[in-house]
Amino acid sequence: MTRIYISRDSGALCVGAEAVAKKFRDEAKSRGLDVEIVRTGSRGMYWLEPLVEVETPQGRVGYGPVKAAKVGELIDAGMLEGKAHEKCIGVVDEFPWFKNQTRLTFARCGIIDPRSIEDYRAHGGYEGLKKAIAAGPKAIVEEVLTSGLRGRGGAGFPTGIKWRTVAETPPQQKYIVCNADEGDSGTFADRMVMEGDPFELIEGMTIAGIAVGATYGYIYLRSEYPHAFETLKIAIEEARKAGYLGDNVMGSGHAYDMEVRLGAGAYVCGEETSLLDSLEGKRGEVRAKPPLPAHIGLFGQPTIINNVLSLAAVPLILDKGGEYYRDFGMGKSRGTMPIQLAGNIKHGGLYETAFGITLGELVDDIGGGTYSGRPVRAVQVGGPLGAYFPRALFDTPFDYEAFTAADGLIGHGGIVVFDDTVDMAQQARFAMEFCAIESCGKCTPCRIGSARGMELMDKIVAGEDREANLVVLEDLCDTMKFGSLCALGGFTPYPVMSALHHFPEDFGAAKKRLEAAE
Amino acid sequence: MSRFEPWTPERASEIIAQHQNQKGATLPILHALQEVFGCVPLDAEPIIAEALNISRAEVHGCVTFYHDFKREPGGRRTLKLCLAESCQASGGRALEKRAKEKLGVEMGGTTADRRVTLEPVYCLGLCHSSPAAMLDHDVYGALDEERLDELLKEAQS
Repeated sequence: MTRIYISRDSGALCVGAEAVAKKFRDEAKSRGLDVEIVRTGSRGMYWLEPLVEVETPQGRVGYGPVKAAKVGELIDAGMLEGKAHEKCIGVVDEFPWFKNQTRLTFARCGIIDPRSIEDYRAHGGYEGLKKAIAAGPKAIVEEVLTSGLRGRGGAGFPTGIKWRTVAETPPQQKYIVCNADEGDSGTFADRMVMEGDPFELIEGMTIAGIAVGATYGYIYLRSEYPHAFETLKIAIEEARKAGYLGDNVMGSGHAYDMEVRLGAGAYVCGEETSLLDSLEGKRGEVRAKPPLPAHIGLFGQPTIINNVLSLAAVPLILDKGGEYYRDFGMGKSRGTMPIQLAGNIKHGGLYETAFGITLGELVDDIGGGTYSGRPVRAVQVGGPLGAYFPRALFDTPFDYEAFTAADGLIGHGGIVVFDDTVDMAQQARFAMEFCAIESCGKCTPCRIGSARGMELMDKIVAGEDREANLVVLEDLCDTMKFGSLCALGGFTPYPVMSALHHFPEDFGAAKKRLEAAE
Repeated sequence: MSRFEPWTPERASEIIAQHQNQKGATLPILHALQEVFGCVPLDAEPIIAEALNISRAEVHGCVTFYHDFKREPGGRRTLKLCLAESCQASGGRALEKRAKEKLGVEMGGTTADRRVTLEPVYCLGLCHSSPAAMLDHDVYGALDEERLDELLKEAQS
């Protein structure tokens, strides 16, 4: 029997993976071939999707991108024996783009059947939880502290400190909340974990529950991810059936169970306190901090709220040890970062690597430049609230502190590439427009500032009193940055001001004056 | 023919009863109502408020806060076109213009024959294959004019 692997990840489905899988089933039937089709997550090499992998004695040989209409031709050419073809990329594990990564969080993604708990266990799954139970709550928190893991959602707050704060609250109902409201344009790593290795996230949340004495968890998932919703529901049910969730997790005496809840299209609910209000059934308005969610979180109880990638990193940290994880990376940015290459890019996909790689290496070497073939003019790093970088800053290393020093942020690790046809004044206007659409409305700098910002940008683009309006724009951005309650209003100035500072010519401003103002 | 059930308070109460006992039940209830009726009508608000023992204002505030919830049912199919940065970088704005022209509607509008509602979405998480769209729950990436036209045809069929 020959095993064929085809991704079920929405990134593969969106370019026709379902039709390819169906064609293989039909061909196998009509030709009487003994073939098993395994549906996996994605390896993250999306320009090769639909990628079809065939199990051979040498390893899994990949072919991609495969069109449904070409399946017959590929079988004729001997793909089921792993034979050469123009679409063949060789053994996938040896393919340079894949091989050169450091896959810790994404070690299983694209390889296993995400709905099979046996497959997960056969690839090291639930080893972390086993060791966590044996070590006990205190030691779990210590291990996470040692790892140096920082929140992968964007803020980069040390995960271990969050956990310790919740662990130190008196025994009472506590919650684990996973922020899966991945709304940043240019990011899809959370989606890939949830669709490609959901048990990893479930295991991470279970370990968090045991560490701080929380017995229930919620994954707050954005409604734009119907496929992830489906996969997570199946995986949670499987974990429950196998005794990894419930009153007595793995016979340890610890109780922990969880469910998935859907958001409703509000970007601001990716902000943790707004998310908590939304989970409670309210408008997703941002809360003032303090109190911290660690003290007064979901339903007023102590709550750990972490991003998908932070929680998904935990099983490995408990399995291999905090030091193992800490040994990757640079400075205060430890471990690996799943970097997402997006926008107008030749090799769009997920590249997991240790911190420290430069922006230029990521965009030019790994990403292969633009898809359109035109020169790269700007990249936006860290989602709609992240700064635009010109080529002049491509030597910036991927590291929380280095990006802050360059007046930017790495956020959730998304990089959106723009070619030289981009109008940076329009991008700045869009940043304000997006903030106006998504503002929760609670604080004035964000609610009113974004609307005024759009109007200002329209005036500047129209050439109306430009010099004076640019000064007002800078002033408005200062007000939003320092006066807003959360990162939506507070960080919208990043794309606006970076576009203005690095590309003043698009704003009709004299380049010299603004450079001097920096 | 509409794919949604006609509004009745009885059916609404039945749906609400299925979800009201979970913690923070508002969003699950609103999603369930919209799944069945294609929207959350104003008439649903007092029923939800009573079931959850909260004020009608709180329910109203919640319904109107979230982009997902509609006041009246859309077309038979919903086409969401991503307008976020990654898709902008890859020709998404031109596709938006084309889709609006071909369907003869603005963003948020429904075609005269009630077949398609065109909506903006800010990121589908398919930014590796921009521009992207979602037709009901099916995802489409790496769109160009030709693929968009096929998609529009599919949406209108």
